[in-house]
Amino acid sequence: MPQMNMIDAIRDAMDVKMAEDDNVVVFGEDVGYFGGVFRCTHGLQEKYGTSRVFDSPINESGIVGTAIGMAAYGLRPCVEIQFADYIYPAYDQIVSEAARMRYRSSAEFTSPLVIRTPCGGGIFGGQTHSQSPESLFTHISGVKTVIVSNPYDAKGMLISAIEDDDPVIFFEPKRLYNGPFDGHHDRPAKNWSTHPKGDVPEGHYTVPIGKADVVSEGSDVTILTYGTMVYVAEAVKQETGIDAEIIDLRSLLPLDIDTIVASVKKTGRCMVLHEATLTSGFGAELAAQVQERCFYHLEVPVGRVTGWDTPYPHAQEWDYFPGPARVGAELKAMMESV
Amino acid sequence: MTDYKPLQFHVPEPTGRPGDEPDFTGIEIPAAGSAERPPIDVDDNDIKHLARTMIRVMDKDGNAVGPWAEDIPEDVLMHGLKSMIRTRAFDERMMTLQRQGKTSFYMKCTGEEAIAIAFQQALSKGDMHFPTYRQQGILLAQDYPMVDMINQILSNAKDPLKGRQLPILYSVRDYGFFTVSGNLGTQFVQAVGWAMASAIKGDTKIAAAWIGDGSTAESDFHAALVNASVYQPPVVLNVVNNQWAISSFQGIAGGNSATFAERAHGYGIPSLRVDGNDYLAVYAVSRWAIERARRGFGPTLIEWVTYRVAPHSTSDDPSKYRPKEESSAWPLGDPILRLKNHMIQRGLWSDERQTQAETEFDEEVRAATKEAESHGTMGSGASPKEMFECVFKEMPPHLREQRQKMGV
Repeated sequence: MPQMNMIDAIRDAMDVKMAEDDNVVVFGEDVGYFGGVFRCTHGLQEKYGTSRVFDSPINESGIVGTAIGMAAYGLRPCVEIQFADYIYPAYDQIVSEAARMRYRSSAEFTSPLVIRTPCGGGIFGGQTHSQSPESLFTHISGVKTVIVSNPYDAKGMLISAIEDDDPVIFFEPKRLYNGPFDGHHDRPAKNWSTHPKGDVPEGHYTVPIGKADVVSEGSDVTILTYGTMVYVAEAVKQETGIDAEIIDLRSLLPLDIDTIVASVKKTGRCMVLHEATLTSGFGAELAAQVQERCFYHLEVPVGRVTGWDTPYPHAQEWDYFPGPARVGAELKAMMESV
Repeated sequence: MTDYKPLQFHVPEPTGRPGDEPDFTGIEIPAAGSAERPPIDVDDNDIKHLARTMIRVMDKDGNAVGPWAEDIPEDVLMHGLKSMIRTRAFDERMMTLQRQGKTSFYMKCTGEEAIAIAFQQALSKGDMHFPTYRQQGILLAQDYPMVDMINQILSNAKDPLKGRQLPILYSVRDYGFFTVSGNLGTQFVQAVGWAMASAIKGDTKIAAAWIGDGSTAESDFHAALVNASVYQPPVVLNVVNNQWAISSFQGIAGGNSATFAERAHGYGIPSLRVDGNDYLAVYAVSRWAIERARRGFGPTLIEWVTYRVAPHSTSDDPSKYRPKEESSAWPLGDPILRLKNHMIQRGLWSDERQTQAETEFDEEVRAATKEAESHGTMGSGASPKEMFECVFKEMPPHLREQRQKMGV
C-alpha cells in the first residue's frame, strides 16, 4: 500500500474523483498552475486542464458564490479557501446561501460543494494563519462539518465529501499535513511514513461522514477530540499512564453521538479537547450533550481543555496551544477529584 | 499653525423629501433613437459612452425610432403588454391579501414591469435567472400557474416550498427561476458561477443576474464583476435602478458619482444604460446582450433606469421619506401606458381592449386567489413536519431526534 502524507492523500482524493466524474472542478487562490500554497492541488491542472482546475481572484465570497452557482448547474465544485482564517468573507455565501439552498427551494436547487480549508496552529502563523473556526459552521443548519486527522481518513472522507449531495466544510489541520504532531514542539517532527494511517490505498474508497473513530480504547476516561489534538491526547495517555479512551470525532456535524455516549457510560469521565477557543466552542456542545445523556454515569463534571479565549498569538503560540503538559495536568486532576 | 480647513463629511441627499416638489431635473433624458447600436462583438472601450446616455426607442408620440427599433413580432408585443397588465393586477390583489391578514408579506413591482417581462421574452428555455424579489414578471410572462404563486405567498398546504420560505421568494427550476435569496447581492455572483459552469461544460445556456441599485454597494457586486471580467462567462448582469432602496435614494449607493452602468468600465465589461420603462428598448437591448453571451462574447452589464412606484414592501411607507407626488412626476412615465400607446398607434390595440384586459386579468387573479385560499392562508395548512425536511438530503440523527421531541 502506498505511503502518503496528508497533502498527497488529499490530492489523490481529488484526482480519483476528477478522473471518475467530469463534473468535479477544483479552484481557489493559487490552486491552478502553482498547485496551492500547501501543494494540495499540485499537478491537477496539468492533468485535467484549466477549465477544471484554475486560479481564483482573491475573493473568498466569489469563490464560494461561484461554486454555489456551479453546483446548482450540476457541477461538483471542490474549492479551497487558502486558510480557514480567510473564510469569513465567504461566510454569508455559506450560511445564507449554500446551507439553505435545499431548504428554501424544496430541493429544486442544492449545493453539493466542498470547501476545503487548512485550519489550526502550530506553524507560527499568528492570528491570520492559525484559527479553528469549526463551531461557526456547526452552529448553522444545512452544512456538514468535517475535520480530518490523518492521511487515510483525509482521502476517504474527502471522496465522501465530494460525493455528498449537501455542502461540506472540510477542515485540514495544517500542522498534520506532513506528520502526526503531538504538541511536543521541541522534539523532532515525525512524518507519516511510520504511522499506520499513512498507508493509503490507491483508487476509490470512502470513510463515511458522521462516524467517529475510537483511536485508542481505555476504561478510565473518555477524551472527545479531533484534528491535531488527537495526537496530543495519545501522547498524554502514554505519558500519564491514564487509561483514556480517545475518540477522534472526525465529523462534528453530523455527530456520532452513539459512539460518544457508549464510551462515556463505560468510563464515567469525559474530557473535551480542542484547539479552538473555549467560549461557545464545539466543546460546549459536546459537554452539554454528554451531561444530558450520561449525567448519572459521570463521576466528575465534564472537563474542557481548549485554546484560551484570546486571538491566536504569535510569539506565545505554545502558551496558547493546549499541549501535553496542560492536557496531562487537567486529566490527572479529573482522575483525582473523586 | 496650519492652513488646513476642518474637513467636512459628505452625506448625499435626494432632490426632494416629503413636502417638497419632486425634482428630476438632474436626470438627463436623451431623445429616443439617439443611441447607437454596436455589433455584439464590440470592444468595451468603443461603447463607454453608452453607459452614460440612455438607450430609448419609443418617442413621445409612441413611435419606435432609431437603431434599436426592432421589428418585434406582434404576438411578442401582445404577450408583453398583457403580461404587464396581468402582473400589475396580480400585485394589487396580493397587496390586498396582505392587508387582509392572509399573508405576512408582499412586494410589488409597479412601474418596473417592462424590465423583467421583456427580458424574459428575449431569453430561451434552459437559461437561468437569478432574480431578486421584484421580478415576479419573469414567472407571469411564462404563464407559470398563478395559483401556485399565490399558494407560495399564502404558505398554505399547496405551497410548492412547503411553508419554509418567506412569501414571494419563489423557486421554479423548470421556468428558469432560481430560488430567490432574501439576502442582497449574494446571487449576483452565483449567476456568474452558473454561467461559468455552462461554459465549462461546453453548453450554450446563459445566466441572467439581477440586482438593485442599492445592492450594487454589496461586496458581492464586485465579486460578480471581477469573476465575470476574469472568466468571461455567458452572463447578463442586470442592475435595476429604481431610484430607491427602502428609504435610501440611489446616491447612498454611489449613484451620484457615476452611473451604475459605468461601474462595469473598471472591469472591461461592456455596459449599457437603458430606459427601463420603454418596453421596446428593454426587449431590443436584452436580445442584444443575450445573443452576445450565447455567441461567446462574454458578459454585459445593463443598467435599467426605472422608478419604484410601490413601497419597498408591505412593511414600508414611502411618504415618510420621499415627495408624495414623485412617482407621478417620474419623467420616464409608465411602462404599460407607453407600450399601450405604441400599440394603439400601430393599430394593434385599443382603449377598449385595454379595459377589457384589465377586467379579465383582475377576474383571473380573483379566481386564482379564491382557489389558493381554499388550501389555507397565512401558514395554515403548512405541516410542522415539513419544518425538519430538506435541511439535508438525508435527515441526520440529531434532527430526527428533535422532530420526535416535537411529536410530528
